Parts: sequence; structure tokens; C-alpha cells
Amino acid sequence: MQWHSVGEFLAMGGYAFYVWGSFGVTFLCMAIESWLLNKRRQRVTQAVKQEAF
Amino acid sequence: MKNMEMKSGFNWLKYASPKTFYPLAGKIIPWCVVSAAVLILYGLYIGLFVAPTDFQQGEGYRIIFVHVPAAWFSMFLYLLMALYAGLGLVLNARLSYMMASAIAPTGAMFTLVALVTGSLWGKPMWGAWWVWDARLTSELILLFLYIGYFSLQAAIDDKNRADKASAVLALVGAINVPIIYFSVKWWNTLHQGASVSLMKAPAMAAVMLKGMLVMAIGFWLYSIAVVLIRVRCEILERDSKAAMFRQD
Repeated sequence: MQWHSVGEFLAMGGYAFYVWGSFGVTFLCMAIESWLLNKRRQRVTQAVKQEAF
Repeated sequence: MKNMEMKSGFNWLKYASPKTFYPLAGKIIPWCVVSAAVLILYGLYIGLFVAPTDFQQGEGYRIIFVHVPAAWFSMFLYLLMALYAGLGLVLNARLSYMMASAIAPTGAMFTLVALVTGSLWGKPMWGAWWVWDARLTSELILLFLYIGYFSLQAAIDDKNRADKASAVLALVGAINVPIIYFSVKWWNTLHQGASVSLMKAPAMAAVMLKGMLVMAIGFWLYSIAVVLIRVRCEILERDSKAAMFRQD
């Protein structure tokens, strides 16, 4: 374990903005992609169900 | 018929048809989602808690754990997209075209992530958010190629022609991938050399390498999951439209 306190962990040796910014952007992009894709999936399956009847 | 299939063992070609591929993809997706989540969390744990401080870049280097895997997949997914597009052209297989267009958004997303995290890394280490050097410029061109691919597909109404035209674009653009990869060797750039190379021992501590590889496999499984979900949407969209025209 690298860290002695939560504060030290969050500060990232002074690089907090850059490190947390990078991790944040990465997982935000993946989350947005998943969310948009899920919306598309729901829309498509709904349309197919309506077509079937 | 049943017997013939039994004799020939597992019939791979069967899965080249969208109708049979659809349920197969549906079975693979949950496994990929779960293992992607586990590996990404494990990669985060190694990257943020286990990996030691870098002697040159302090804690700032930890960006590597998302930047490098994202950059790898921005390139790898492009090559995979071009491969499927090429297969589509050669075999005139609809599922190949669908795979190519299902891969594109995820590839573009990882390209954007690689560019933004690279920028966030460049600022503290080089003192600039952006420099027009070979690595950064060719990666930006990769993003434009992905955008060009979507735009071309959206611009042509006839789906068949759209598939063919965008496949040609994807294939021609593939030349950019080796340019990105070798840019740090061919030109003098600010960007550091390859972190991992097959030719020589990795230039980093084993635990850092492990964190990066675990994260990369996590991104790989994530990519498989989202691409398969997207290709299933694509199959339903295209085939339900086709079914509508067949109704008369």
C-alpha cells in the first residue's frame, strides 16, 4: 500500500487534477457509451415487439 | 440434416448468418460484462494502490493505467473494424459490415479518451496541453477517420452502398495505424517510446506492467460486450426493416 492517509491518496502528490481528471474522463466516456447503447437497445427491442403484433 | 451437423462437428459457418449469430452473441455478452468489471476494478486497484510512485514523474505517471490501454484499443479496434470492412467487401457478408459499424463508436470513444488523457498527462509533464508532434497528430487523424466513417455511413441512404463506401474509407485509413504506432521511432517527438515491446524487456516495473495489462484485458472485454450489444441492435434494425419490405 502506497498511501498513509486518505488526503494523501486524493492529493496524488500534487497531480490530483490530472490523475483524477484522466480516470474520470475514461470511465465517464465508457459510462456514457453504455448508457446511450442501452437506450438504443431498449428502443430497438420495443420497435421489434410492436412490429410483431 | 441434424446428423450431418453432428458428423462435421461444430459448424462455424453457421454463425456467419445474423440470425444464428444473434443468440450466440446474447450468450457471450453477460460473461464479458462481468469479467470486464472485475478486471477493470482489479486494474484500478493495482494502478492506484499497489503500483509504486515513479521516480521521475511522481504520482502523475498513474495516468498510464488508463491512457495506454485506451490508446492500444483506439488502434486495435480500428484495425479490427478495417478487417471486418474488408471481409465485407470480399465476401459480401452483411454480418461483417454490421460488425465493422458496431466497432466504430467504441474505437472512436477510446481514441477520444487517449487524446484527452494524453492532454492531461502532457500538461504537467511537458507544460503543454497539446503539441503538433507526429504521435499526437496521427492519433487525432485516427479520430477524424472514425468520424469520417460514421459520416459516410449516415450520408448515404442506400445501406448497401453506405457499407461499401465506408468500408473502402476504413481500409484506406488503416495505413494510419502503423504510422501512429511507429511515429515515436520514425520522428523525433516529445512523446515517449513504446511502453511495452515484443523485442525488448519492458521499460517499467513488473507491477506497473501488470496493472496496465489487466486494465487492457478489462477494456478488451468491455469492447467485446458493447460491440456485441451494438451488433445485435444493428441486426434487429436492419432485418426488421428488411422484413417489412418482404411482407408483400
